[in-house]
Amino acid sequence: MSMAEPMLAPAPGFWNSPGMRRFRRHRLAVFGAATILLLTLACIIGPMLLPYTDTFIDIRSRFAPPFSGPHILGTDPLGRDILARLLMAGRISLAVGFSAMAIAMAIGIVVGLVAGFYEGALGAALMRLVDAMLCFPSIFLLLAISALIQPSVPSIVLLIAMTSWMEVARVVEAQIRSLKTREFVQASISFGASSKRTMFRVLLPNAVAPIVVAATLNVAHAILAESYISFLGFGIQPPTPSWGNMLESAQSYLTSAPWLAIIPGAAITLAVTSFNFIGDGLRDALDARQD
Amino acid sequence: MIGFLLRRLGQALLLLLIVSVIGFAILHLAPGGPLSQFAAGGDMTQADLDRIAEQLGLNRPLPVQYAEWLWRMLSGDWGRSYRDQQPVLHVIGSHIGATLELMLTSTLLAMLLGAWVGILGAIKRYSIFDSLATIGAMIALSIPTFWFGLVIIYVFSVGLGWLPAGNRYTVGDGSFLNQLHHLIGPCIVLALVSTAVWSRYMRSSMLDVINQDFVRTARAKGVPERSILLRHVLRNALLPMITITGLHVPTLLSGALVTETVFTWPGMGRLFLDSISYRDYPVVMGILMFSAILVLLGSLIADLLYGVADPRIAGSH
Repeated sequence: MSMAEPMLAPAPGFWNSPGMRRFRRHRLAVFGAATILLLTLACIIGPMLLPYTDTFIDIRSRFAPPFSGPHILGTDPLGRDILARLLMAGRISLAVGFSAMAIAMAIGIVVGLVAGFYEGALGAALMRLVDAMLCFPSIFLLLAISALIQPSVPSIVLLIAMTSWMEVARVVEAQIRSLKTREFVQASISFGASSKRTMFRVLLPNAVAPIVVAATLNVAHAILAESYISFLGFGIQPPTPSWGNMLESAQSYLTSAPWLAIIPGAAITLAVTSFNFIGDGLRDALDARQD
Repeated sequence: MIGFLLRRLGQALLLLLIVSVIGFAILHLAPGGPLSQFAAGGDMTQADLDRIAEQLGLNRPLPVQYAEWLWRMLSGDWGRSYRDQQPVLHVIGSHIGATLELMLTSTLLAMLLGAWVGILGAIKRYSIFDSLATIGAMIALSIPTFWFGLVIIYVFSVGLGWLPAGNRYTVGDGSFLNQLHHLIGPCIVLALVSTAVWSRYMRSSMLDVINQDFVRTARAKGVPERSILLRHVLRNALLPMITITGLHVPTLLSGALVTETVFTWPGMGRLFLDSISYRDYPVVMGILMFSAILVLLGSLIADLLYGVADPRIAGSH
């Protein structure tokens, strides 16, 4: 990385912009981005290349350990191929992570924008709502609501989004409040721009940096949240596999088949760590004050 | 100071009120509301359900029901468990001890370990130790707590046989040493995230103080380096950690729920999970409100302690 860098022609553009260069210098962030890219590709293409589907039951090779036969990562108590299930589960877990993030960001951005723009009573009320929601430990809130609804992939996505937009709202609100006093915003208002235009066309584009960072960390949070509630049995329901529910029964087989627990957990850790590394790298890269 | 205290208390009470509205809304916005517990059995006619709604006062307007619910909560009547008709506060009370034991010991462990890592990282900034600690903290924050628990059980209970795989003590042996032995595993698991958080904040807090003028002055006066670090830097760097600890309560409670499940630890988290499976709404609501109160208390106490430790804060408000 660092050796190849001086040889690149200093052409302007996205890949050579100062922010992009700072991101590439952050080796862990590059590692994270590469891992997520590989993981996503593997989950999309992988299942088509495997000789087994995630639901095929190979009854004669139940509990096959990894690297011991035709099943590369072994089989589960029913004789299903773990690699096939891991990749199918990855599709669900990553999709839940990204879509929950998208909804949480939409809620958080709107709440943060409105609260930051209209300080006064409306802003105060919205931010107190954020504070109050943050008083509930996230898992408790997730589980309490999940007990009330029919668990399905869309409802789990909504549930995670509904309990994870508050941090984003805080970040956006703080950013908007500080931007509001700047001249270019004052100018826009004095030119007669509508509140809506000022919020979405003037303020929001200038708050993109912290939003992008928050979004990345939010995906990490959503994947973790899904794995927690699925592990506890209230999330994605079998036979649909997710990284969390693959671990649900793993504890009973910890002595005889530890790979059942180790493999999906390692996948979750890898994905979440990667998103956290990317978020950290983006924070450094988008913080223009550093140069 | 008194004004600061009162203002902070007022804010906390207002938040508690909003928290109670959200709690009540969750209970009543559920499809079927609190009645769903009875409807789920399937052997009741609509007339039966109407009669139960009448008896429980569930057919009245929601604001009236909320006011009554709130009044009861305030006067200490949190309802009765559907499972065994025990008062909810009593049920919570008999489980909170195990949870607090776990939370306090793991916080202590995390403080000592996290502070040590953070201080060393700040002193030897950008060293190999510092880089490894940074990466380690990031990974620690990404590992699912339940999975870390399973790994600990696999290595130390199944593999090495050093630690028990769960429960608070061996039945028939309630000795202190036996309880301590059972505490080690869950304590380590719960402390993982807190240690990572503590080490990160401790490091940046130390770096903030190290670069301040009074530290340079002390150095210029010829104060020994060790004494500068311990007497001048550490003392001031520990101040913000009060706030971190206070704000860490929700994460700690969430972690405790998962840890208790993996280690079959008879605390509030496991009670919550059992109550959800049983659709025991009064207990679920009770624990939800109780944990929110714990969170509020945590941040309130942290703020007050910070005000006491650093008089500038209370004065500036």
